[in-house]
Amino acid sequence: MAIDTVPMEDIIARASRLGINLNDVKMDSIHLPPGQDFGILSDDEDLNEEDSLEFEGGFGNIIVVDNLPVVPKEKFEKLEGVVKKIYSQIGVIKDDGLWMPVDPATQKTLGYCFIEYNTPQEAELAKEKTNGYKLDRAHIFAVNMFDEIEKFMKVPDEWAPPETKPYTPGENLQHWLTDEKARDQFVIRAGSDTEVLWNDARQLKADPVYKRNFWTESYVQWSPLGTYLATVHRQGAAVWGGASTFNRLMRYAHPQVKLIDFSPGEKYLVTYSSHEPSNPRDSHRVVLNIFDVRTGKIMRDFKGSADDFAIGGTGGFAGVSWPVFRWSGGKDDKYFARMGKNVISVYETDTFTLIDKKSIKVENVMDFSWSPTDPIFALFVPELGGGNQPARVSLIQIPGKEELRQKNLFSVSDCKMYWQSNGDYLAVKVDRYTKTKKSTYTGFELFRIKERDIPIEVLELENKNDKIIAFAWEPKGHRFAVIHGDNPRPDISFYSMRSGTNTGRVSKLTTLKGKQANALFWSPGGRFIILAGLKGFNGQLEFYNVDDLETMATAEHFMATDIEWDPTGRYVATAVTSVHEMENGFNIWSFHGKLLYRIMKDHFFQFLWRPRPPSFLSPEKEEEIAKNLKKYSKKYEAEDQDVSLLLSEQEREKRKKLKEEWEMWVSQWKKWHDEEKLERQRLRDGEASDEEEEYEAKEVEVEEVLDIKEEVLSLDYGQE
Amino acid sequence: MRPILIKGHERPLTYLKYNKEGDLLFSCALDRNPAVWYADKGELLGTYRGHIGSVWGCDVSRDSKLLITASADQTAKVWDVQTGSELFTFEFKSTVKSVEFGVGDKLAVIATDSFRDMSSAIHVKHIARDPSEQCGDSVIEFSPGGRINRAVWGPLNRTIISGGEQGVVRVWDVETKKVIYESDKDTGHQKAITSLAKSRDGSHLLTASIDKSAKLWDIRSMKLLRTYKAEAPVNAVALSPLLDHVVLGGGQDASTVTNDPRAGKFEAKFYHKVLEEEIGSVKGHFGPINALAFNPDGKSFASGGEDGYLRLHHFDHDYFNMAI
Repeated sequence: MAIDTVPMEDIIARASRLGINLNDVKMDSIHLPPGQDFGILSDDEDLNEEDSLEFEGGFGNIIVVDNLPVVPKEKFEKLEGVVKKIYSQIGVIKDDGLWMPVDPATQKTLGYCFIEYNTPQEAELAKEKTNGYKLDRAHIFAVNMFDEIEKFMKVPDEWAPPETKPYTPGENLQHWLTDEKARDQFVIRAGSDTEVLWNDARQLKADPVYKRNFWTESYVQWSPLGTYLATVHRQGAAVWGGASTFNRLMRYAHPQVKLIDFSPGEKYLVTYSSHEPSNPRDSHRVVLNIFDVRTGKIMRDFKGSADDFAIGGTGGFAGVSWPVFRWSGGKDDKYFARMGKNVISVYETDTFTLIDKKSIKVENVMDFSWSPTDPIFALFVPELGGGNQPARVSLIQIPGKEELRQKNLFSVSDCKMYWQSNGDYLAVKVDRYTKTKKSTYTGFELFRIKERDIPIEVLELENKNDKIIAFAWEPKGHRFAVIHGDNPRPDISFYSMRSGTNTGRVSKLTTLKGKQANALFWSPGGRFIILAGLKGFNGQLEFYNVDDLETMATAEHFMATDIEWDPTGRYVATAVTSVHEMENGFNIWSFHGKLLYRIMKDHFFQFLWRPRPPSFLSPEKEEEIAKNLKKYSKKYEAEDQDVSLLLSEQEREKRKKLKEEWEMWVSQWKKWHDEEKLERQRLRDGEASDEEEEYEAKEVEVEEVLDIKEEVLSLDYGQE
Repeated sequence: MRPILIKGHERPLTYLKYNKEGDLLFSCALDRNPAVWYADKGELLGTYRGHIGSVWGCDVSRDSKLLITASADQTAKVWDVQTGSELFTFEFKSTVKSVEFGVGDKLAVIATDSFRDMSSAIHVKHIARDPSEQCGDSVIEFSPGGRINRAVWGPLNRTIISGGEQGVVRVWDVETKKVIYESDKDTGHQKAITSLAKSRDGSHLLTASIDKSAKLWDIRSMKLLRTYKAEAPVNAVALSPLLDHVVLGGGQDASTVTNDPRAGKFEAKFYHKVLEEEIGSVKGHFGPINALAFNPDGKSFASGGEDGYLRLHHFDHDYFNMAI
């Protein structure tokens, strides 16, 4: 990092010019404004620079290979040949880049050698690939970077007991959950500011919590249970949290990190970076680290070329689809998996190694998806051999790797898997070719995971040719919604996995015809759903109650790009992010579609509600509360009323004050105006009328004779 | 009530002005020909032909006899309102941006734009009662540095208030030719000032800016009284002479909007002058609003847009009985 440094002499000279005695200045009393460092690195930030330093040593491209056989002079050339052959496969060894020292006394080799590559990347790769390489039983290579040897030399021979630090209790990281008004927090990113706010819906405003300029260099992300806010920087990622404000809790060094992902129980953080190759013909190198969130320790790292991590089975597209590692559901964070060519690799977090040290072989696997709650995943294999081998969807249980259920499917063009949030149901959307193979139609395969033998039901829409625009399960529920039909006004259907008395059959609840919607947003509590028309539909919103099958409200947030329910399902945020130039900002709505407040922010990038961990209440307690809702709600209703009274009182006060202040101005103006009257008359050559400001509305009645007509009336007529 | 739509100009409108009685409405546009309309029904009375460049502003004398216009043809012209004949031409070396008669109609303040190495300037001219005695010399002239969009008279013609491209409002003492007030960045506008409007009694001043706000100032002390925030750049403002209302017009710059007029916010927004709250809006234009004027009776207002339309709005009964 380049810093403009000023020599001390200059500082002293400047100080004496300004009449400041430097000895009198207490350096400790100087405080930088928060968030500003004037480019001065604090001591601990230096640590992050460590990685770039190793290149500056100039020996970053040299490795040391140890545990070579010790050979006499006659065999020297043969050994050299073998070593050269092994190491030139990995990269280009420099001319005279291989040096195997010889003991001058015995004329035998010393059992190690140095290899110099063209680039540090090649050296790094060689170290990774050949460390532990078995030349034969007795000679297992130990490969190290030359620069690291010094570090190893410094390890003291005597073991010293580590210093034990006294225990300091940490902050309550879940303090925000204890908010008296039970509000939720959200983070927004606009311009260079990142800001956390309370949603104070009662007061119809957002209440600031913490704001920081340049808090992150690309984006921010909450951990899945809301404990941490993660920021992404050039040097790595960091997490923030705390009881009263946002302190940095941990840093994860990973140069040029691009993407991050938490495990569902927020124990682990996966970071990802991709690095341009020095040789344009090589593929991008990819580095993935898995950190323990609390300790900051690297649990496992993965390095390789981007091709190894590109998902897509049979290939076709290059590039990494994020997240590379998909975590199995549940808070235990026990398993994670990634898809490779013809394999699914499942790791477990006790040892961070593959289960049974083997990946699961699945020829041509296209996609897989974990159940959100159980160690079960569904995978999809497309049709092979021109239809001779059908496509299939399988459910695999971990760690046993047993296949729980399999379904073969014919003439399939594509499959998409949707898990219900409790892992009770799995819906597989299957696109099939019609007989002519010219077009496709869609059906659903519905798996009931929790029932015996996992029964499968096939659901087809009434109009088989309808395109499916969106699909969404009711969270924690048994219903789902589908948007289907052809643009511009598709239909929306609701289905239930139960039908009346028969809990084992899917049934349709209703179809709404001709809606301007292309996205579905269920409330996290179920029951309510927003049918949204984003993008092409300009932000049409329909708030729908699925229990009563009725529309609660329709509204519009013009140009809306994003919709997010708060974790309790009480409020909804709709936002226009900077994909559009204008109208940037967000609206907060009640669950039934009442606009509560709106905030405009230019260059608006992100809106994220802070997630909440699952409720600590037992199901019995929850049921009890639901039953006696009246009793509990009384207290809150009273509070609501107090707040609204207070608000209107405040509002009245404010208005009164504004009006009084205005009256003062008006009377003063009048005074001035009267004082200047004569002067004004003079300017107008004595024109007397100064009533120009007083407008008088005079009603003038004008009678206008339109026409005169003479008629002779017959007397007889009048008498009759 | 339904507005009266007038398509009388071929190009975007720039400025609107009612005469004192409120029976005549003068309109300026980029199409060179200022026009005068019956303010009630919107019938065309006539046009003033003679400019060979866009017309940026105008003013009419208290007795409705003289009209002065500012044009990009580097002239300001004085016209006979009734006959439409050109009485005098003031020549300049750059575009004339605004004109205004002072109290008594014997002086006019004229603001000119910068051009090549000419800087923007404010000129004060004598207006003779008898056109034959009119001369073109400036009584006062000052160059403020930076471009000026509009200049108006302060009370008793003692000061001149200017608003410019940098968002700074300046007050000049006419006698000493010195700046006696300059708005600062904290309270003032952040971007170019597009419009200046005085209250009926000249006691307070409303400024509009493309920083998406309008600000109300005490004209004597230049104390900032109120700020009205909009969602799009503000091109024009007007103060109701009857009620405590102000109206802001503008919209997203025409070059950045999509084909959906809702996206541009091309509406005239009404705010409560004292409470700073938005109380309503009038939609209808298909481009940004460039000009706004209240009828002096406060019962109707006119808006002119980039779309070339002039819209005359007579308020409904409800407007006057609005409860705030």
